[in-house]
Amino acid sequence: MQRNPQLNRNGELQHLLSIDGLPREVIERVLATADSFIGVTEREVKKVPLLRGKSVFNLFFEPSTRTRTTFEIAAKRLSADVINLNIAVSSQSKGESLLDTVANLSAMQADIFVVRHGSSGAPYLIARHVKPHEHVINAGDGRHAHPTQGLLDLYTLRHYKKDFTQLTVAIVGDVLHSRVARSLIHGLTTLGTPEVRVIGPQTLIPAGVEALGVHVYGDMREGLKDCDAVVMLRLQNERMRGALLPSAQEFFKHYGLTAEKLAVAKPDVIVMHPGPMNRGVEIDSSVADGPHSVILPQVTFGIAVRMAVMSMVAGVSA
Amino acid sequence: MSLRIVNARLIDPASGRDAMGEVLIEKGRIAALDADARAARPERTLDAAGRVVAPGLVDVAARLREPGEEYKATLESEMDAAVAGGVTSLACPPDTDPPLDEPGLVDMLRRRARALARARLYPVGALTVKLQGETLTEMAELAESGCVAFSQANVPLQDTQMLWRALQYARSFGFAVWLRPAEPWLSRGGVAHDGEIATRLGLPGIPSFAETIAICAILEIMRATGTRVHLCRLSSEAGVAMVRAAKREGLPVSCDVGVHHLHLCDVDIGYFDSQCRLDPPLRSQRDREALSAGVADGTIDCVCSDHTPVDDDAKHQPFSEAAPGATGLELLLPLMLRWGALHKRPLAQTLARITCDPARILGVRSGRIEIGAPGDLVMFDPEAPVRLTRDGLKSQGKNTPFLGYELPGRVDATVVAGKVVYERE
Repeated sequence: MQRNPQLNRNGELQHLLSIDGLPREVIERVLATADSFIGVTEREVKKVPLLRGKSVFNLFFEPSTRTRTTFEIAAKRLSADVINLNIAVSSQSKGESLLDTVANLSAMQADIFVVRHGSSGAPYLIARHVKPHEHVINAGDGRHAHPTQGLLDLYTLRHYKKDFTQLTVAIVGDVLHSRVARSLIHGLTTLGTPEVRVIGPQTLIPAGVEALGVHVYGDMREGLKDCDAVVMLRLQNERMRGALLPSAQEFFKHYGLTAEKLAVAKPDVIVMHPGPMNRGVEIDSSVADGPHSVILPQVTFGIAVRMAVMSMVAGVSA
Repeated sequence: MSLRIVNARLIDPASGRDAMGEVLIEKGRIAALDADARAARPERTLDAAGRVVAPGLVDVAARLREPGEEYKATLESEMDAAVAGGVTSLACPPDTDPPLDEPGLVDMLRRRARALARARLYPVGALTVKLQGETLTEMAELAESGCVAFSQANVPLQDTQMLWRALQYARSFGFAVWLRPAEPWLSRGGVAHDGEIATRLGLPGIPSFAETIAICAILEIMRATGTRVHLCRLSSEAGVAMVRAAKREGLPVSCDVGVHHLHLCDVDIGYFDSQCRLDPPLRSQRDREALSAGVADGTIDCVCSDHTPVDDDAKHQPFSEAAPGATGLELLLPLMLRWGALHKRPLAQTLARITCDPARILGVRSGRIEIGAPGDLVMFDPEAPVRLTRDGLKSQGKNTPFLGYELPGRVDATVVAGKVVYERE
């Protein structure tokens, strides 16, 4: 088995590729570092000079506006230079191989590559081929991982709930295709969350998911009972009708989050969503905009968490 | 031309012989053994100096990439690889470009192979035109031009009506049909065994029942038609159990496994190592143990290299996008020796699965050391370690999960029809 490619020989973060395999101390350090950046994002001058003179390349092989923007904001608040490359419409479509693209950009003196790719594991391939001073941050690869999203979810949970070892968390919807779900599951189990549940029809639950340390529920009301937090997953349009699901309506009826279903959770339950939301498909507007929702704070925390990750891989965090 | 090998630890897996001795080859065939061989006056004598001399290996699946994919490998490079690995007979699947669906193509391939004068080549003809599963090939014509069996390679038939007709037609002539059991709808889009590892890595899975459902369909049709079927590249525990039961029932079925699947499982994918992207996928540890047990008890008739040269551009890709397959001709012997050592098997029994057993599947007399058999031998040191490096490999395919490993079994010489076709420098 190869060495965990995310950590350098001192056990520090060299790349951020997945939460799977990250030691508890590293996760806790990300959350603590993010705390120190929350203040920055609330100041009038929202900048610290930690990454001054460094170049961050946003390499998006798959279209994304939201994640790319939050990485861009995080890098700029650290005073880095940000270069956005929308590769989905450039060199790859001209037949250039992934490694050639990376070698070319590397020749342009990058310090951090933020990578989104449609294939699971693509950031690992890139991380194996970059120079020692270059760092790779996975911004979502296939169904595999979206570690900064997972970390910001953990940050949000910690903000509202403090102690992970007392929590019951339910993740609802399309777990099969969700990198967000996988990252959060690994984060929660690493931090000692005793009860992690996944809820959805069997067509959207991957084989052997119990081995990741979760309990599977087909019935949403059962699964939501006494939960401290509910994380709703986005259901892609193209999956709403076909072999996985008969219709968006039936999905909403049984797995969409409504105030009525949420009533069986704890009274102080929080509701999270990685965005963008499909109102009326996985979540009802009254819940998305209601008192339990922490969906917008998640976005704010996301910037601080991404600042923390970038400064840590670059080895410049306090 | 006559050749004698002396001072050999002569192993004939077919008879179970494992004893010091001599062997004499005349006119391409084994002419005498031991005392009779000692009395002869051959043109050349090779001193084995205590090393093992066994029948040359017989490999039922080696892709040579000709015609059509010469950028991946050529007949010349792969035939060099074969004899460097001690393989003296090999069957090539029909998935070339174009596929082996016309006698002219088969003829040309055999002629090219004969001109190279290295390993013996046994083409497996396409079962359907262009492997498209719509029209039967002219099997009788293809057999006349030298095809030993008919197959869809890794392109499973979608249409069970077509499968039924193909088995009926092949049965009329007594031809064997070689089938990779993979239900196409269940295999679609998958790149790894559907289980904990695929879920963790977020890789689309192929369930084991994609294999067993296909085996079930094939066995049912065999019961109706009586066709001889060889199942290629078993990968699952349940698949092995089904073949075991079918053999007990008396169905004319045989099967093989790729040698990589005896050593690796899905855990070895590690952090998306595309060297472990194989077809069929590496399954669980439990499946690997069941495959091993199947080889040991003979449920699995033979082990093949499933040699698949893949170029670097196609391999150095994210796992799902990487081309499946690994180079194997030069690893078949070392990996089998390693398997035999791990399972504490007598050498003759280990070698049977890569010599006389696959020869029986091919319907040829190779793979044994007896008077009159083809003079195909391999001389090797079963203990000497070999480090596997890109430069060391003769094959144009340099990709294998075992790159950098040290494996036992150094081939020192290979003989085909009494001619030394490979000698280690």
